[in-house]
Amino acid sequence: MQLGRVVGNVVCTIKSDPLEGKKLLVVQPLDKQGKDTGKPLIAIDCVGAGAGETIYWCRGREASMPWYPEQEVPTEAAIVGIVDEVHLG
Amino acid sequence: MLIGRVIGDVVATRKHPSHDGQKILYVQILNLDGSERGNPILAVDAVDAGVGDQVLVTQEGWSAMTSVGKPFSPIDMSVIGVVDQIAVADD
Repeated sequence: MQLGRVVGNVVCTIKSDPLEGKKLLVVQPLDKQGKDTGKPLIAIDCVGAGAGETIYWCRGREASMPWYPEQEVPTEAAIVGIVDEVHLG
Repeated sequence: MLIGRVIGDVVATRKHPSHDGQKILYVQILNLDGSERGNPILAVDAVDAGVGDQVLVTQEGWSAMTSVGKPFSPIDMSVIGVVDQIAVADD
């Protein structure tokens, strides 16, 4: 998983059926200092994340697991947690 | 698999149910010479590792999920070992 911040959302009227009702959010990856790093990506939300929140997301086949086996959701990124705190040791 | 160092952890109240009760470690991936490789990642802890530990990280989903007993869950990385020693032959 990786840390990121929700910076926007995407609306698609025409989409793959399993994407119906899912929230597509724009995620900006963050570095250790909490600064933007790399390029934003689109992820499906499964925890009710919203704009400005620090989150962590999961990539790959695993990203569709929150809906499996009821639905086979075509995604390679899913927001799976809203971060309260990052403790640096 | 990759070598990393645990540099912290993450607290998240709202998260996927499969992550409840799991320790989520913040891990800096390392090169073999100990230098940092890219941005730190988050991995579920399967071996009770702690801050400062050098660890073995799998980035294969099925391995990561099953290492913490959570098949079919959104887990893409886990810490599956605490490294005692790495030996690399000199050229």
